Amino acid sequence: MPESLLPIRIRELRLTKGDRALLAGINLTIEDPGITVIMGPNGAGKSLMLRCLHGLIMADQGQISLGGLAVADSRSHQAMVFQNPVLLRRTVLQNLAFAAPEAAKGSPWRLIDALEAVHLADRADQPARTLSVGEQQRLALARALLTEPALLLLDEATASLDPASVVLIESLVKAQSARGTKVILVSHDHSQARRMADEIVFVSAGRVVEQRPATQFFTQPETAAAKAYLAGEILL
Amino acid sequence: MNALAEAFRLIITLDADLFEILWLSIRVSLIALAISAVISLPLGTWLAITRFPGRKFCILVLNALMGMPPVVVGLIVYLLLSRSGPLGWMGLLYTPTAMIIAQVILITPIIAALSNQVIENLHQEYHDTFYSLGVTGRRAVVAYLVDARYALTSCILAGFGRAIAEVGAVIIVGGNIDHLTRVMTTAIALETSKGNLTLALGLGAVLLVLSLLINALVISVREYAAKRQYA
Repeated sequence: MPESLLPIRIRELRLTKGDRALLAGINLTIEDPGITVIMGPNGAGKSLMLRCLHGLIMADQGQISLGGLAVADSRSHQAMVFQNPVLLRRTVLQNLAFAAPEAAKGSPWRLIDALEAVHLADRADQPARTLSVGEQQRLALARALLTEPALLLLDEATASLDPASVVLIESLVKAQSARGTKVILVSHDHSQARRMADEIVFVSAGRVVEQRPATQFFTQPETAAAKAYLAGEILL
Repeated sequence: MNALAEAFRLIITLDADLFEILWLSIRVSLIALAISAVISLPLGTWLAITRFPGRKFCILVLNALMGMPPVVVGLIVYLLLSRSGPLGWMGLLYTPTAMIIAQVILITPIIAALSNQVIENLHQEYHDTFYSLGVTGRRAVVAYLVDARYALTSCILAGFGRAIAEVGAVIIVGGNIDHLTRVMTTAIALETSKGNLTLALGLGAVLLVLSLLINALVISVREYAAKRQYA
């Protein structure tokens, strides 16, 4: 069981580019384990928020703490899967060995197990970048899970994947969540959010507009912005 | 035509003089290349992945040094190694070692600048992933060098091509001494000036073949890498 990074507290997180506020004072507390899905229209700041949590972007103002730790101190307990998987110019197995060198030396069977979990064991010696996009994303997820993160961040990780890969990735993420890893997922896909989310954070125009249990969010959204978003109206 | 035929005869009969010069050329260039690669690859990588004040200026200087005139390098090395120079006590002037030093100075900026560009591109692609996996410092440098291995091979071969074709610097610091520091390029220059076109043409043909082989190797490496999506 990984060490918990809960609660996650974000206070007055601001990020501007020129005159435009990309994050306009994000305030958010995530206390419960399980899967939190961040939803919102394009340009709302979902991915930026996730990247700030991971430490990839430094906000202009605001504080983030994860289980009482600063972002930099929590980094080794986090893993992130990006929309476009970036794999090393090596074989499938070597990609995993690179992510978890200790496991590669001490318990190499863990690498094989990780590959079997994402149905890529028979591709272990294949150059990783010759895999299909769906297979590459599965490998990226296996790589992230191999680090046994306390917090798993997924930034539209299943966008533009085939349905079989989506189902497999969702089941792996759910299983990891059940093992105690906190999962925060950015997704545009309403049906995926319904399938996956325990909690929804709805973001619009750089602010958290609504945070509710998933069942309530989809049946009784509180804010007009969330209602409009769920109704398929475009929000600028 | 007679000269060409004679040049061909020298090659196929494995003429001792020709192959002595050829072997020295390759030996000097390969040693210079090995030393230069050890310096330039980590340097180019480090400049690509670190951020510090003056970094852009360093890259600018590195790029400018790519076009350094060989005769100027030869002159500087000559002044350093000449009897009255600061390193004169080492007695290296007019030896293959002096030629290696000059070639290292000439090709290090070339390989470093080319590898810097290769790693810079890779760094843009890998940055977020390496950050996420906590890969930093020496481990990152090694990973970049390993993953850019095929592109870097092209950079190294470009350096070798430059070294083996070099004449200005090596003639100044080597002195073109027969059986000691005479390499292909300096021999071609000497034989041409003496009107002995046979050996000059023979050496020229070998140099051209070498150049073709290097380019063929570069293309093969690129194709192999592209096929495996390693480029």
